[in-house]
Amino acid sequence: MNFEPTDDRRMLADTLNRFVSEQYGFETRNAIAYGDVGMAPALWSQFAELGAIGALFSEADGGFGGEGFDIAVVFEALGRGLVVEPFLGALLVGRALAAVGTDAQKARIAELIDGSTIGALAHDEPGSHYELNRVSTRAERSAGGWTLSGAKAVVVQGDHANLLLVSARTSGAVDSEDGISLFLVPGDAAGVSRRGMGRMDGGRVAEITLDNVQLGADALLGAEGQGLATLERTVGTGVLALCAEALGAMEVAKRDTLEYLQTRKQFGVAIGSFQALQHRMADLLLEIEQSRSAVINAAAALDGDRLTRERALSAAKATIGRIGALVAEESIQMHGGIGMTWELPLSHYAKRLVMIDHELGDEDHHLARFIALGRESAQ
Amino acid sequence: MDLNFTPEEQAFRAEVQQFLEDKLPAALAAKVKAGQRLSREDQSEWHALLNERGWYANHWPEAHGGPGWTPVQKFIFDNECALAGGPRIVPFGVNMLGPVLIKYGNEAQKNHWLPRILSGEDWWCQGYSEPGAGSDLASVKTTAVRCVDAQGDHYIVNGQKTWTTQGQHANMIFCLVRTDRDVRPQAGISFLLVDMNTPGVEMRPIRTLDGDREVNEVFFTDVRVPAENLVGEENKGWTYAKYLLTYERTGIAGVGFSVAALEKLKAVASRVQRNGLPLDQDPQFAARMAKVEIDLENMKTTNLRVIAAVAGGGVPGAESSMLKIRGTEIRQEILSLIRRAVGPYALPFIEEAQYSDYAGEAVGPKEAATAAANYFNYRKLSIFGGSNEIQKNIISKMILGL
Repeated sequence: MNFEPTDDRRMLADTLNRFVSEQYGFETRNAIAYGDVGMAPALWSQFAELGAIGALFSEADGGFGGEGFDIAVVFEALGRGLVVEPFLGALLVGRALAAVGTDAQKARIAELIDGSTIGALAHDEPGSHYELNRVSTRAERSAGGWTLSGAKAVVVQGDHANLLLVSARTSGAVDSEDGISLFLVPGDAAGVSRRGMGRMDGGRVAEITLDNVQLGADALLGAEGQGLATLERTVGTGVLALCAEALGAMEVAKRDTLEYLQTRKQFGVAIGSFQALQHRMADLLLEIEQSRSAVINAAAALDGDRLTRERALSAAKATIGRIGALVAEESIQMHGGIGMTWELPLSHYAKRLVMIDHELGDEDHHLARFIALGRESAQ
Repeated sequence: MDLNFTPEEQAFRAEVQQFLEDKLPAALAAKVKAGQRLSREDQSEWHALLNERGWYANHWPEAHGGPGWTPVQKFIFDNECALAGGPRIVPFGVNMLGPVLIKYGNEAQKNHWLPRILSGEDWWCQGYSEPGAGSDLASVKTTAVRCVDAQGDHYIVNGQKTWTTQGQHANMIFCLVRTDRDVRPQAGISFLLVDMNTPGVEMRPIRTLDGDREVNEVFFTDVRVPAENLVGEENKGWTYAKYLLTYERTGIAGVGFSVAALEKLKAVASRVQRNGLPLDQDPQFAARMAKVEIDLENMKTTNLRVIAAVAGGGVPGAESSMLKIRGTEIRQEILSLIRRAVGPYALPFIEEAQYSDYAGEAVGPKEAATAAANYFNYRKLSIFGGSNEIQKNIISKMILGL
């Protein structure tokens, strides 16, 4: 039993934390996050040079990490800095390529690792609510390839991504577990229309419409109709990443709130001397430690058998969903009026913490999934 | 990062499991699992079995007869015992007084009292709380006045202690007494060992809300206590009391007990029907169970993280307060869900059915007889050993610096 990170991971975290604090300060971050592009290409390249993307992939896939704890270390550092660069898309698309790609498809992982290609998962649809198996976008075989039609909702960084990983149904009913296929779609393919918009917590999303998008046969990723398992594996890495990112954001929210309690004076004393606030802060500390344990459990289970892995991931996301919102709400409350302002970094951490619950399944979704997986393992 | 036990630790766990399989009496384990009340004999039997193996005083250093376990081994032992239905070791003598005597007692005291703890010859209880000193323990008012007369050097003790758990079984009590009223409260307290059979000691049971009688009030009227029963120095008792309260609290989360209770909860919920389906298929109830299960899964790792830090040379200080708060909340939530699971069958209260020799017909699911009584009894978890609110004060001060 050992809860110390390896030297390599500690060094990576130190490097990232230093880079973020020096190059990705609050003013810079907000200018990027709420700008028209929602990312900074120059900084993105620098992140790539530091190895922050390569750490998400195994050596066999051209990276130098790829384990659960590698993903956790990188995303916790990103969470500390509220980094909006498209790491999650790189992870999701790259891991799917690594899992089931042909050699030619896998070659594209290198473009993701060096930052030259921006990936995005286009799975959710207007009629879905985080379900992985609900897909109504259709893919039909056509001469020499495939034709895709449908609508994809709230695709993170979807308006600037040049490699979309699109789920589409090649057979079966709208919620059938079989018949889902995955496709690699260039962001600028004919028939792809993208309506980009800013996000509540910074960064960009897009509503994407696919209208008879013509793709070659090599656009199919993995076996036809067997995409759900790949989707689950891939989204699982994303769930871990978001949980770790939330943990990093929680640590900063805790630090800032604690500092405020120690310095803000009312009634002639530091407000941290009031027991009503002390106990709320003690609760937050306890909950954040439980969150860290949840992330550790999920990271450790990432390469385990399916039920163990997915249960740990859903347990973590449900934990993070509940506690992330709690940390956000309590931090704002303990800051009082200043916590309501745009100028205070804390308020942006609070927004990110709540919005993470809206990505890749919220607390309720993962609680229900944890229950369902428990029944499956009991059978 | 490695969440697995080492091969040596796994071998140790197998050894503990084998011991429990061979030695833990089935009838005793059944009582514990059913949540039935245990007698003095039940507990003495378990203590003796552990002592025979050298595992009873597992918090003591090897030089005094402890097994020399690492924090991880202690965790494994506690966990396996709880899972197997081993009774909780009554802590007052072996886990509380023992370490204090080992650290602060003189040679004569160690030589006299420690072997008697191991053998079970003495049954100790704790004289800390008073009617006016609960969370504010430093305000104890029971007095001990030193006096030398024809009968020798002794203290005269007057006052009242309360919440004395299992005092009805005890022949000895260790007390915090006031020996100086003219200094700040913490500086005038001494740590005194009192024979319960001394004239002037009177005990009355307190009936708790679940109908049990496990706690007592103890009254002291001009009780003569030999001066040699003072532990350490006069007026330094607060230091010893604090040492006792922070000693080896990595097991305080009671993870093993919660895991065992969760198994029981799942078993009940799979048999009780609601809307023609097992209760564990009910979305609301399933969600309640899942929430506490997830919290427990997280707690297991939080507990191991604290243990790993201690094993690495750290001191379990205020972190044990986090374990105490969340660990007791989880245990209480599971007991609350077992109570809910049996539905209306939580209502009947048959006092005799709280004991294993009850021969009457069961009413409702077999877990129902003790479900509500256990739930009410274990409300104590968030109150004793420093209430959860006191633990939050400790976290605020020691970790947060507020």
